[in-house]
Amino acid sequence: MTHVLTGAETEAGARHLPGLSDRDPRLRIVLAVAFAITVVSLSDLRVLVVALACAGCLVPLSGLPVGLTLRRMLAMDGFVIAMLLLLPFSVPGTPLFSVWGLTASREGLVHAVEIGLTANAAVLALLTLVGGMEPVTVGHALHALKVPERLVHLMMFTIRYVDVLRDETQRLRVAMKVRGFRPGTNWHTYRSYGYLVGMLLVRSVERSERILAAMKCRGFSGRLVLLEQPRMRAGDWVFAALAASVMLALLAANVWLVHDPA
Amino acid sequence: MHIVDGALATPVVIAEAVLAVGGLAMGLSRLPMERIPAAGVLSAAFFVAGLIHVPIGPSSVHLVLNGLAGLVLGWAAFPALFVGLVLQAAFFGFGGLTVLGVNLLNIAGPAVLVWLVFGAMVRRGSPMAGAVWGGIAGAASIAGTALAVAAALALSGDAFLPAAKLVLLAHVPVMAVEGLLTGAAVYFARVVKPDLFAVPGRVAS
Repeated sequence: MTHVLTGAETEAGARHLPGLSDRDPRLRIVLAVAFAITVVSLSDLRVLVVALACAGCLVPLSGLPVGLTLRRMLAMDGFVIAMLLLLPFSVPGTPLFSVWGLTASREGLVHAVEIGLTANAAVLALLTLVGGMEPVTVGHALHALKVPERLVHLMMFTIRYVDVLRDETQRLRVAMKVRGFRPGTNWHTYRSYGYLVGMLLVRSVERSERILAAMKCRGFSGRLVLLEQPRMRAGDWVFAALAASVMLALLAANVWLVHDPA
Repeated sequence: MHIVDGALATPVVIAEAVLAVGGLAMGLSRLPMERIPAAGVLSAAFFVAGLIHVPIGPSSVHLVLNGLAGLVLGWAAFPALFVGLVLQAAFFGFGGLTVLGVNLLNIAGPAVLVWLVFGAMVRRGSPMAGAVWGGIAGAASIAGTALAVAAALALSGDAFLPAAKLVLLAHVPVMAVEGLLTGAAVYFARVVKPDLFAVPGRVAS
């Protein structure tokens, strides 16, 4: 159903290896958050490398395509990459090397590597633990985790209509293309894309009016019933205990290495 | 626009997360169940619009359109853009988890601000006048986002100051593109369906 979010390769139920897919969705979300908080509080580079490796172990368990997942982990906004490249030059400290008269410091380089490792470890765990689930399951799990009901419903609607509107946009763009539209850096392009977005919004609102009418027609009373009731099983407790001990070990190793670098 | 985990100082992350939760609560309180389908479909529309790449010189930028989102959704821009950020982080690996609050505040904060400042001007007058104000709102919200990102970096330490300046500089062309595009979108919507900009939350169409 949700092509845009999950990618074409992961058809629902296409692969059924024993792994993360058997785990309680609520647990997967909680662990992703806990892992992110853990890696953000780590500072020793060696521990961070281990943390990244731990997140890497989740990739084969998640059933996600390995190449695509790693590419998504590495993809960052251009300005974050620029920021990491600038850091060695903007942090004062032991000179390491110099480019065009600018001196890079060891401390700055360490800081940049630290951010890079942290960001990638947190995102990889998130992609595998949460991104490997069906988007609808994520919505149900968030509801079970007591996230405000209206926020969950908003999310479910977004998940449901992302693909529909993506197709709508593609149709509009094909229509533009057959009329000879070629994007460039000019007013005509920006105006045409503006109209495209305007059209998308107008159609979205009109679609939502039809949706609401259809829902009311079927007795919508302002509440959506979420049927899925996740349950913690023995395997979930084992996985939770394992993950918790890994995170505690990472934190302990970090404290130990920072205070006693020898 | 997506800051990653581990880049900012912890006090900055926590302070912005608290403010973002406030914005979320405000947005949800203005969103009766009746409006959820409209807000959800619009949230999906802005998610899809964000996938469009627009050429700018030899390069291209992807659209943010937070100004337009603010003009259409009002306070509901907070929950709508939050859902978009969560989906982008979990399924595309954009941004991060602990910085969700920072990224939400940076994007939805300016969206609501331009709605409060320019919303009435966009609704009133001729479609052309509305479009001009819409364009200004679109550019202003990107400026606000760039300033917020730069401020978050600058507050996290002097080492980030060059990066903060770079963010501001790099967003000048994005501001122009988003302004023009938002203006055109507002013009189109004002002509085709003027009540798109009806006061969000108060009208249950």
